[in-house]
Amino acid sequence: MIYKLIVFLPLLGSIIAGLFGNRIGAKASEYVTSGLMILVAILSWTVFLQVGFGAHEGEGMIKVTVLRWIQSGGIDVEWALRIDTLTAVMLVVVNSVSTLVHLYSIGYMHHDPDRPRFFSYLSLFTFAMLMLVTADNIVQMFFGWEGVGLASYLLIGFWFKKPSATAASMKAFIVNRVGDFGFLLGIGLVFVLFGSLNFETIFAAARTYLEGDAAKEVVVNLFGMTLDREDAVTAACILLFIGAMGKSAQFLLHTWLPDAMEGPTPVSALIHAATMVTAGVFLVARMSPLFELSHNALTFVTIIGGITAFFAATVGLVQNDIKRVIAYSTCSQLGYMFVALGVGAYGAAVFHLFTHAFFKALLFLGAGSVIHAVDGEQDMRHMGGLRKHIPITFWAMTIGTIALTGVGIPGTMIGTAGFFSKDAIIESAFAAHGAAPRFAFILLVVAALFTSFYSWRLAFLTFFGKPRASADVMHHVHESPPIMTLPLLPLAIGALVAGVVFHGFFIGEEFAEFWKGALFVGPENHILHAMHEVPLWVKWSPFVAMVTGFVTAYYFYIVSPETPKKLAETFRPVYLFLLNKWYFDELYDILFVRTAKAVGKFLWKKGDVAVIDTYGPNGVAARVIDVTNRVVRLQTGYLYHYAFAMLIGVAALVTWMMLGGVK
Amino acid sequence: MTDWPILSTVTFLPLVGVALLLFTREDGVFGRRNILNVSLLTTVFTFIVSLFIWAGFDNANAGFQMVEKHGWLGTGIAYHVGVDGISMLFVILTTFLMPFCVLASWNSVEKRVKEYMIAFLIMETMMIGVFVALDTVLFYVFFEATLIPMFIIIGVWGGKDRVYASYKFFLYTLLGSVLMMLAIMAMYWQSGTTDVPTLLKYGFPAGLQTWLWLAFFASFAVKMPMWPVHTWLPDAHVQAPTAGSVILAGVMLKLGGYGFLRFSLPMFPLASDFFAPFVFTLSVIAIIYTSLVALMQDDIKKLIAYSSVAHMGYVTMGIFAANTQGVQGAIFQMLSHGIVSGALFLCVGVVYDRLHTREIAAYGGLANNMPKYAVAFMVFTMANVGLPGTSGFIGEFLTIIGVFRVNNWVALFAATGVILSASYALWLYRRVIFGALEKDSLKSLLDLSAREKLVLYPLLALTIFFGVYPAPVFDATAASVDALIHNYEAALKAASQVALLVN
Repeated sequence: MIYKLIVFLPLLGSIIAGLFGNRIGAKASEYVTSGLMILVAILSWTVFLQVGFGAHEGEGMIKVTVLRWIQSGGIDVEWALRIDTLTAVMLVVVNSVSTLVHLYSIGYMHHDPDRPRFFSYLSLFTFAMLMLVTADNIVQMFFGWEGVGLASYLLIGFWFKKPSATAASMKAFIVNRVGDFGFLLGIGLVFVLFGSLNFETIFAAARTYLEGDAAKEVVVNLFGMTLDREDAVTAACILLFIGAMGKSAQFLLHTWLPDAMEGPTPVSALIHAATMVTAGVFLVARMSPLFELSHNALTFVTIIGGITAFFAATVGLVQNDIKRVIAYSTCSQLGYMFVALGVGAYGAAVFHLFTHAFFKALLFLGAGSVIHAVDGEQDMRHMGGLRKHIPITFWAMTIGTIALTGVGIPGTMIGTAGFFSKDAIIESAFAAHGAAPRFAFILLVVAALFTSFYSWRLAFLTFFGKPRASADVMHHVHESPPIMTLPLLPLAIGALVAGVVFHGFFIGEEFAEFWKGALFVGPENHILHAMHEVPLWVKWSPFVAMVTGFVTAYYFYIVSPETPKKLAETFRPVYLFLLNKWYFDELYDILFVRTAKAVGKFLWKKGDVAVIDTYGPNGVAARVIDVTNRVVRLQTGYLYHYAFAMLIGVAALVTWMMLGGVK
Repeated sequence: MTDWPILSTVTFLPLVGVALLLFTREDGVFGRRNILNVSLLTTVFTFIVSLFIWAGFDNANAGFQMVEKHGWLGTGIAYHVGVDGISMLFVILTTFLMPFCVLASWNSVEKRVKEYMIAFLIMETMMIGVFVALDTVLFYVFFEATLIPMFIIIGVWGGKDRVYASYKFFLYTLLGSVLMMLAIMAMYWQSGTTDVPTLLKYGFPAGLQTWLWLAFFASFAVKMPMWPVHTWLPDAHVQAPTAGSVILAGVMLKLGGYGFLRFSLPMFPLASDFFAPFVFTLSVIAIIYTSLVALMQDDIKKLIAYSSVAHMGYVTMGIFAANTQGVQGAIFQMLSHGIVSGALFLCVGVVYDRLHTREIAAYGGLANNMPKYAVAFMVFTMANVGLPGTSGFIGEFLTIIGVFRVNNWVALFAATGVILSASYALWLYRRVIFGALEKDSLKSLLDLSAREKLVLYPLLALTIFFGVYPAPVFDATAASVDALIHNYEAALKAASQVALLVN
């Protein structure tokens, strides 16, 4: 019952605010949705404590059936909730951040006339996300998956009068759909291989799927490739991972995430930092019994993750919009998580997901508070010197920054949340064998340097130096109301201590008792042990990168503010390349958008109108008219013409009958 | 209850309404009101009676139920009707959509409203007749007869180019029909009967199957419509009045799919198997080609019409995947599309009644002053895109899974539809609903009236209901579909054994 409440109360809130919001008023809508979320968050923490720390082996997985859904032949999926430690972790993340964002939004959206709609969307999103993380089968997961996509679409386009907002919302949905295309085919392949779409059945079958000679048995012919069991699993995993790439904004399918910043800032904190974008990580972690079977698929995940972490960090270096910097940072951190998944350190990935939710939500909400203070300005070139004016926000952002950059002392237990989770990922990347993890390791360390640089750049540009905003704006700068600053507090605490408190459970000694098999680890996978035994320089490398980034940023933006401008002048092509995000948007516009439009136009004008209609119905009609005209000409009205025609006809008939009679 | 000829009652009830309408006079407000009320009551009553079919339907029985059979002039042709799991829900769909058509025409049809309603009621009888007929000749008569009222509706009450559209519609469909008639005659000569249950068991020789399959295919493919014989549909939709579009998209297109399931697949299994790759190819082309064309339309109705063709591609693909998921998915997709595309055309009707244009460019920013309309349109758009939780997802998903098992290349191309459909549908939505309200002509538009809510809200509820709880549909169709698949596979197996023996 408690599980059903957790999942369906947000839906209830969404329906109340959505359908009756105008009748009960904006205030009531806010209180109803936020009140329900507070309740749900408390319930989730109890569930987390119960499932994660109370239950023992075997009790860790609870299944609650809700309703029948699709039964057709071998497909038998229900609406059901599956609760294990992985789910419980996600419940805590989603509901805590969602509750705080609900509260924060009461202040942030204060002036907006459409608040009931906004809160309805927020709760709808929470519901969809909960359906995703509690899914008992892939189809229900896909429901949540698309549901969060819908909510994200609605929230990005919340200010629908702005053309840029509606364009961004459409882009988000369609790019995600490209990922879903892979996801859908992955579901199809999983069904063909395992004959079921329920996690339990699939995971049970996966355990023995590759044992003995069975691994080389040819099971499927996919897109012209004849695949044995091993390769078939690889194909299925990669197809599913394409879905994850879309939702988690990985390299090549990342273009929607920065544009998604068109939405209100609380939305960015909830959806585009803490929860929805981590759905891809959750998917891979959930499907770990399958991914664990395929070394090749994991390698692919590692490479994509590494490239994303690096690529997004480079772009983040030069962006001027405060939200876009954080957006690229999110993209980059997601890359870290995928590298962890790729090297088999599922615990580390989920751990980083967990800590990242705290400090990234904190950074976004802080950024919202900054934007709120300077009258909607998002360009950091027009900020500066805000430290004294908005001290609470300043401290919150600073905590977020040290957590994100992973401040801590290697070899000790002193450090922020990011220190524990991010360094664990970097170490596990080094500990894994093979070229791909090594490649990823290098990229991750460089990305850590960049992370530190752009994070401090953001802090210095915003809070330090001389104010660059107009005197009028500076005159009005004010700290946000308590309803906006209070939610920052729990997040700040989480950003500071979540690492110390939980690392033992997520990736340390209590790994097995905590996860209880929710994350499947193959018998040959010792990555969590190996990562503790990496050389000392590896443990220190992220620290060095972090300090280097900080010092560079300090020099560039505090000591000598002219240097970055000079650098940008000297290396103009590089600067423009980064500023324009490696020109991906332009490239995709030519490759896909324009092409699709041109082909569509061609097929319509040339295919349908010029070919099919001309030779089809219009042609037939024209021929009919031709024939009738000729027939009309035959009807001359002269009796002897008719008589003659009749004579010929009779002759022909007689001939035919005679010849036919011979046979 | 068992003796009551409920299928005939439902089939011919609309004609009672027609008889009543003949006694009304169309003059003044009261005359008009009378006509509308009689039509509405007739269709609602028919729908309620038809629900008894579902209530009395035995889900476990795979065969035909509620059968009525009367000889006709001793010719061997019989008035033989009955429903099974495949046809039953289509009857309900037809009777369900009719009241909405009447409501949608409440104000928008200005001239000859009496004749208009008569045409619709006659068409309802014909369409139900198609779904319940269990005699090939009877089927043919109903199947062809649906053409005439639709032809008249488009030709008389249509838009500017109505005559061209109605002739195009007629020409296309006629071509297919002639071939189907020949096939029905050939089947009679071969087997000596026109009785569908008998023919289902008959087992035609392989060579003949090919020809019969092709002849039926010609007719059904046009009705579906499949690429490349689809070009009549956009024109017909654009010119037809709103209610005409609803019936055209909601029911008429399903006649083709139903025909495939009733005739092609069970009666000509060998030919169906042989031609399956051919059908897959056409389906995939339909999905991609028409989605791309839909992307570039600047007429709202035309865009939705093209998206219908794409959605029907999933149906044909699912049917000829010939497995449980494929066929059930196809049936579900047809039912869902009946509701969703019908609703989308009704949505277009709502703004067309206000502004009298279908140009996308003429709209924009409707969310500002028509929020309820925006919500309804959003739900149907999402259903059209196949978002899980709406009825549109289930059919699309199952047909893709079904076809994946048979031929994953087809699934690969068909799955691109999820990207393309999102592109055209969301772009349409953005241009019509989102944005600032800048055009003066739009500023005075009012949100949904009570009548329009009555039309759209039930459809909205059903779209979500069947997306969340599709079980009633699966329960009703499961037994018949299983039997169909079982017989199909048995026939293929038998044929391959014969082939082995010969070799």
